[in-house]
Amino acid sequence: MTFSLFIEQLLNGVQLGVMLFLMAAGLTLVFGIMNLINLAHGSLYMAGAFFAATVFQISGSFLLAVPIAVALTALVGGVVERAVLRQFYARSHLDQVLVTFGLILVFNDAVRLIWGVVPVPLAPPEALAGSVHLFGGVDYPAFRLAILGVGALVALGLYFVVSHTRIGMWIRAGASNRPMASALGVDVELVFSLVFSAGAGLAGLAGLMAGPITAVQVGMGEPILILALVVTVIGGIGSIRGAFVAALMIGVGDTFGRVLLPPALGSMAIFMLMAAILAWRPKGLFPVHG
Amino acid sequence: MADTIAKPGGLSVMLRVSWPILLILALLAFAPTLSNALDNPFLVRLFTRAVIFAMAAVALNFVLGFGGLVSLMHGGLAGIGAYAVAIMAFHDYDGSKFLGVFPGTSDLAILIPVAMLAAGLGAALTGIVALRTSGAYFIMITLAFNQMLYYFFVALQQYGGDDGLQILSNLTLAGFDISRRATFYYVALVALCAELFFFSRVVASRFGTILQACAQNERRVTAIGIPPLRYKLAALAISGAAAGLAGALWASGQQFVSPSELSWDRSGDYIVMAVLGGTGRVWGPVLGAVVFVLLEAFLPAWTQFWQAPFGVVVILIVVFLRGGLIDLMGGSLARPTGGGR
Amino acid sequence: MKLTIRAIAFAGAATSALLATIPAQAQAPLKIGFVTSLSGPEGVIGRDLLDAFNLALKDGGNTMGGRPVQVVTGDDQVKPDVGRQVVDKMLDSDKVDILTGINFSNVLLAVVKPIMDSGKFYISPNAGPSQLAGKQCNAHLFSVGFQNDNNFEGLGKYLKEKGLKKIYFLAPNYPAGKDMLTGFKRYFGEPMQSEVFTAMGQLDYSAEIAQLRAAKPDAVVMFYPGGMGINFVKQYAQAGLMSQIPLYTGPGTVDQTTLGAIGDAAVGMYTGAMWSEFLDNAASKKFAADFEAAYNRIPSQYAAQAYDTGHILQSAVDAVGGKIDDKAAFRKALENVKFDSVRGHFKFNTNHFPIQDYYLVQVEKDSKGRLVSSLREKIMSDLADAYSGDCAMPAQ
Repeated sequence: MTFSLFIEQLLNGVQLGVMLFLMAAGLTLVFGIMNLINLAHGSLYMAGAFFAATVFQISGSFLLAVPIAVALTALVGGVVERAVLRQFYARSHLDQVLVTFGLILVFNDAVRLIWGVVPVPLAPPEALAGSVHLFGGVDYPAFRLAILGVGALVALGLYFVVSHTRIGMWIRAGASNRPMASALGVDVELVFSLVFSAGAGLAGLAGLMAGPITAVQVGMGEPILILALVVTVIGGIGSIRGAFVAALMIGVGDTFGRVLLPPALGSMAIFMLMAAILAWRPKGLFPVHG
Repeated sequence: MADTIAKPGGLSVMLRVSWPILLILALLAFAPTLSNALDNPFLVRLFTRAVIFAMAAVALNFVLGFGGLVSLMHGGLAGIGAYAVAIMAFHDYDGSKFLGVFPGTSDLAILIPVAMLAAGLGAALTGIVALRTSGAYFIMITLAFNQMLYYFFVALQQYGGDDGLQILSNLTLAGFDISRRATFYYVALVALCAELFFFSRVVASRFGTILQACAQNERRVTAIGIPPLRYKLAALAISGAAAGLAGALWASGQQFVSPSELSWDRSGDYIVMAVLGGTGRVWGPVLGAVVFVLLEAFLPAWTQFWQAPFGVVVILIVVFLRGGLIDLMGGSLARPTGGGR
Repeated sequence: MKLTIRAIAFAGAATSALLATIPAQAQAPLKIGFVTSLSGPEGVIGRDLLDAFNLALKDGGNTMGGRPVQVVTGDDQVKPDVGRQVVDKMLDSDKVDILTGINFSNVLLAVVKPIMDSGKFYISPNAGPSQLAGKQCNAHLFSVGFQNDNNFEGLGKYLKEKGLKKIYFLAPNYPAGKDMLTGFKRYFGEPMQSEVFTAMGQLDYSAEIAQLRAAKPDAVVMFYPGGMGINFVKQYAQAGLMSQIPLYTGPGTVDQTTLGAIGDAAVGMYTGAMWSEFLDNAASKKFAADFEAAYNRIPSQYAAQAYDTGHILQSAVDAVGGKIDDKAAFRKALENVKFDSVRGHFKFNTNHFPIQDYYLVQVEKDSKGRLVSSLREKIMSDLADAYSGDCAMPAQ
């Protein structure tokens, strides 16, 4: 592998990692703070992509599609939280798994009803359609660079919000000791709703940015959900920093695993990585709870 | 009444504790009769599927409902059992030897113990690593092992890879022909029956009590001088062997196995069946499996958009029946009570 | 006779519109079980197969050999064991007379044995795994689509004749992917520059694309059916490679089931195919026009195969006057079937797989701005598959 190819693969890995981080951020917050396993997080990712495709088709503007799709997905997330999931915060993980599994089925059929079985088109915006020259003769798709940039910005923003704002303080308080936070007068219900919707919005953002790269189709959320769960767990449930580090590890590990290992092992690479890390650190890399 | 039967032992107690099991098995025993009466041989096949899925879900529920270990690798463990049967039968048909050493066979009297041993061993080996974790981390590490098993069998090109492996030889049980549908159904039902009574006894035993104590408060168990890891590992291995039995019968029944039956969503299906039926009782998952299989078979006949109603049914059951379908059978049964499960 | 009892039972239960057309001297309806993938991402393929099959039935007035036709559909969810259950239900409970529809090889392989054991006929519109063309060929199994190797044999021959040397091959790591490579190499020969197998259902191909760009091949040949193909082609185009390295593929990757989602990124791609909507024969033109009129979209190659499947059944059942219980006669009628194939000419080989021509088609925009697969040239004539020699077709 030449140096420039190495750099290009590294970029690919980091870009995949950033994408996974967007998915995992919402998952890990909801998981860490509300103690809710939300398998339907992948469905929100799918919703983001479909919303963006529709807005893009009508308006012709990708820039317009981004905020609308993110807002709509956050709204869907908020409605689902209020209507169904709110009463599951106090229930067992198993019940949560089951109810969100049911939600996946409902979401998939809803999308099939609304948008049909044929995958829908979602092209990158004109300005980002091609590839750009980087140093060392590396040609890199412009849209993937944009994903990298957006992902890095979101990560920075989240870091700032969580560690330097009052909301962030509530979030951290809720994640590490919920009864205590509640006793200290934090409006837990409101924080929960906000966090859930924000997580949904991030999943929608991930989905709409994945749209131009992958197939926008029914069921697109499930494979990415598995990867996001892997990231969440490796990072330590509830830890934004952990999710970021783990996402980059998985992104880079998967990319190089696919290139360097024989196919059977390449497909297993991230799962072996996860098993190894959890065997070594049973509560993930950055454990949050005691 | 359930409150008074905490102590295991004695035939009359055994009967009182296990009457729901006997009832379920008695009802299931009528499936072939029903099938004949309706002139619909498919029903036997459908109930065979339900009974075998029930076996896998009951096996899972032993660690899930009583050990607090939510395993997402039981699809893979059942798959080990299924492939053990298919591979040995393949070598029997082929006349070749497994790993160049072991001759193949088509006798389930040999194959079933082999399948159970292989799956139990698989569960124990992965368990040593997985049991270092707990809670949601345990769910995910078992998912990782399930995926590894899945990709392992996809990579086995000699045994069909992604296409799966057909069983072309005629399977027998200790020399008896079991290819008739009803015969095979009763074989599966007897196996389920044995499994249910076995697990009822285990749950009521000292081992079962300690296992449940580990699930409730591991620290306290350690404090009184019992090493919880050993008990959890043993439970996982037993559960794995039982899943292997289900897998072995599954492969024998459909004379075919493919990696897609080891995928993580099949593992998830077993969890759904267990929780749907009720994890508080050994026999709860049987209800879940029967309902699951019936919905899956008959909903698509009504509408192409069958997954949404299926999902709604699942959601409603979780929202309104906190203990699973067991709840429908009345209060005293639904409430978990000491040893008498 | 059992048949009449069944007919009475059906007459009682008949509510479907199909049955409303039963003539006065009603015969027992012919029940066709159509098992295919209707839910999930692959549902788009099942829909094309089913729609085209129904269209073909309509051409015959939904009657075959004087018997009204009733189609029973089932969803295999692309899971072999679910497919098996659906087939069991159709055989045991619906008591179908003929089965067809399955798209995926792994599903087909899981159900072949019970169908054959029941003595019923299976007509495969798409899946054509090599086992079933060779050693495990069967008197009651007919494959209308192609044997998996075939499309890539045409590509191999074509690229060999073009004098290309460095070929970079990619496919998912499963038997059909291996079949395609085997087929390609059978006519292209060795060596390949690279043979890459990736995980089933992979989403991101940036790593593989970076590797292949660095290898500077003369052409890339890949087989990624369905969603994988959408992912790969989008990412290939975004890497700026579409204009640099020509991209060749086979069935199900860049056709009407995926082109809408890939969009303009696919323009310029080549496919080895046995049918294009521009094929110049009357049957093909009628099919393309009828399909578009009925469903308001352009048919895919899957649809063409299912349409031919319908017409083959029509012709063979007509030939035996609806008496398909005479299995020897019905088999003979299928083997020597005469019908107007959308592929121009078509006949079954001794192993019941097709002998047919293959073409090179290229994605371009038509006058209405839609993406279509334009016909470039014929690359194979009367191609049979390589496995028919292994097939000892039973005489009965």
